[in-house]
Amino acid sequence: MSNREHSIFVCQGTGCISSGAEQVFASLGKEIVRLGLEGKVRVKRTGCHGFCQQGPLVTLEPYGILYTNVQPDDATDICQSLLAQGKPITRLLYRDPTTGNPVPYYRNIPFYQKQERIVLRHCGKIDPENIGDYTATGGYQALRKALLSMKPEEVIDEVKRSGLRGLGGAGFPTGQKWEVCATASGNEKYVVCNGDEGDPGAFQDRAVMEADPHAIIEGMIIAAYAIGARRGFIYVRAEYPLAVNRLKIGITQARKEGFLGRNILGTSFDFDIEVFQGAGAFVCGESTALVRSIEGDRGWPKPLPRPRTAEAGLWGFPTLLNNVKTFANIPIIITYGSQWFASRGTASSKGTAIFSLTGKVVNCGLIEVLMGTTLGEIIFGIGGGIRDGKAFKAVQTGGPSGGCLPASLLDLQIDFDSLTAAGSMMGSGGMVVMDEDTCMVDVARYFLDFTQRESCGQCFPCRVGTKQMLEILDDITKGRGKPEDTELLLELSTAVADTSLCALGQTAPNPVLTTIRYFHDEYEAHINEKRCPAGVCQSLAKGGGC
Amino acid sequence: MDELAEEFLREILSFYQGHKSELIPILLEIQNNFGYLPKEAILLVSNFINVPKGHIYSVASFYTRLRLLPLGRHRVTVCRGTACHIRGAPQILKEIENVLGIKEGETSSDLEYTLDTVACIGCCALAPCLTVDGKVHGAMNTDKVKKIFEASSVKGKHEQ
Ligand code: SF4
Ligand code: FES
Ligand code: FES
Repeated sequence: MSNREHSIFVCQGTGCISSGAEQVFASLGKEIVRLGLEGKVRVKRTGCHGFCQQGPLVTLEPYGILYTNVQPDDATDICQSLLAQGKPITRLLYRDPTTGNPVPYYRNIPFYQKQERIVLRHCGKIDPENIGDYTATGGYQALRKALLSMKPEEVIDEVKRSGLRGLGGAGFPTGQKWEVCATASGNEKYVVCNGDEGDPGAFQDRAVMEADPHAIIEGMIIAAYAIGARRGFIYVRAEYPLAVNRLKIGITQARKEGFLGRNILGTSFDFDIEVFQGAGAFVCGESTALVRSIEGDRGWPKPLPRPRTAEAGLWGFPTLLNNVKTFANIPIIITYGSQWFASRGTASSKGTAIFSLTGKVVNCGLIEVLMGTTLGEIIFGIGGGIRDGKAFKAVQTGGPSGGCLPASLLDLQIDFDSLTAAGSMMGSGGMVVMDEDTCMVDVARYFLDFTQRESCGQCFPCRVGTKQMLEILDDITKGRGKPEDTELLLELSTAVADTSLCALGQTAPNPVLTTIRYFHDEYEAHINEKRCPAGVCQSLAKGGGC
Repeated sequence: MDELAEEFLREILSFYQGHKSELIPILLEIQNNFGYLPKEAILLVSNFINVPKGHIYSVASFYTRLRLLPLGRHRVTVCRGTACHIRGAPQILKEIENVLGIKEGETSSDLEYTLDTVACIGCCALAPCLTVDGKVHGAMNTDKVKKIFEASSVKGKHEQ
């Protein structure tokens, strides 16, 4: 065995845990003891790598070998493989779906190879419950730099120059928001991290919180310094207990190291963070609803006209609300500089985009690519194309606020603006791939059913409008569609989009609008021929193509 | 509510300061320990943080995690997120409804199971997913559903 440090990394993200990764972790630990290798080989926990579909995942360093679908019984073989200078065990290797050949090293697997991991750089590589792992890779150096050598205005300028835009939905320029908050008057100011992942089919916020909590914490501390806040919250969805746990561990460790609390790094700057758990309300991803939820109220978006949260948020004080991934970008921007960051991406969207690639694609998982990568490169290059040799039909981005894009847009270079122009949006980064067996009318119905359930019911257009739209779509999928229905859907869409109080209602028509725009023939088949080309709608005749 | 339970409630509250912003954290903690929010608990919390009971009921009915009625011993939650939907979540839900004999949102009369759906579990790469008592099960199909519930009903019998 060589002298370089040998480590066995076992993914302990939610996906791998659900496939038995905790038992794998335990059994590897025992095996190391049995073989008397303590002190020579470390068995370490990591967060999600993004390739959960192949889990439980184990990597052997320094060799860079990836084992997939590992079971507790494999522990003996894995230790042997390490002792044999990293000789790969063929049966545990990832197999290229087209050639069937085993690929020993993760850097050669197209799923990883074609990504540009900046925000996800630590995911799968460090132990999220050990602050030492984070600092060993340069963690908290950005905080040092900001606090000890930059004025708050300089930090804001740096973020502005980087061109970073909010990665939680609308893509508002981050630095500008910080500036509004910094200049707003208020005795108190707050920093809030939105970890209320607002998009069914998206799990990147969860993965980052579970895999690299310190990057978020560090980003928040820098933000607090920049705007002058002393208290922060991380709002986490109720469904993410592991993320809550890891963030709490991270906060405790950061306090011990003097990165949180009083007189941070010996300066006069005080700041601390609390984790706030959501209680199951989708609308709380909306900033004003989230604020109310922390205040101990129903998560109802505030009525119009409402001040911006950056000016009057929590208890009426200026509140900086950014998404998990936005904060995780901050330490990188401060460390490498705004120029480095701004040189990546497209003219209007800098840096990377993170997507949860799911649905009918061969490789599902969490991916990070430069802004400007095409949909086709993502779905066919990284995703490996469509499962079971089926044909691609559509890709849905942006969750219930986004839209379904057809094959003719596979060359679209994705960024905030190109997606919006195509009728969809970046949203929080869901990317669901649909094949010939997916019915686009059913998908539209599905999303309306979703928004209808999640609507807080506070305002009329959203509450009643989405219900009417859902009824029409229900009729169409049950064979009761009328020729005038698509017109009616378009009219209702405009009304709901224009008059709803919050983004949930305003964007709810997008899935309907894009499916009508790009898949009109499927609506016609349902309405005029009482036929579902994909064979999904049970009450209709099947097939026939469009 | 017996004395022990009330004492336990007071102990939970002793970790809080009584700010209104602690309302949801407190309710979640009670929910996690009692399985629902008993009437007595709501009264205590209302005095503790000094908000009307009506406000607490209004908050509790808004958030799906918070429950005013006892739930089944086993909580089954099926994902209805997009990734799960297009990979067959509706059939999984139907199968579970058949196996358990209850519909979405219901609790079985023997208080054994409560069946719910959720917007997303965050394991979308393993769609379709569900959780049983917080444990995630991914890549579901109808056979796997049958197995899960066979296993847990066997477990139930052993416990008796
Ligand atoms: S648009 Fe919908 S979710 Fe938003 S406030 Fe109105 S009813 Fe509530
Ligand atoms: S949880 Fe292990 S790769 Fe995602
Ligand atoms: S869509 Fe089902 S777990 Fe996310």
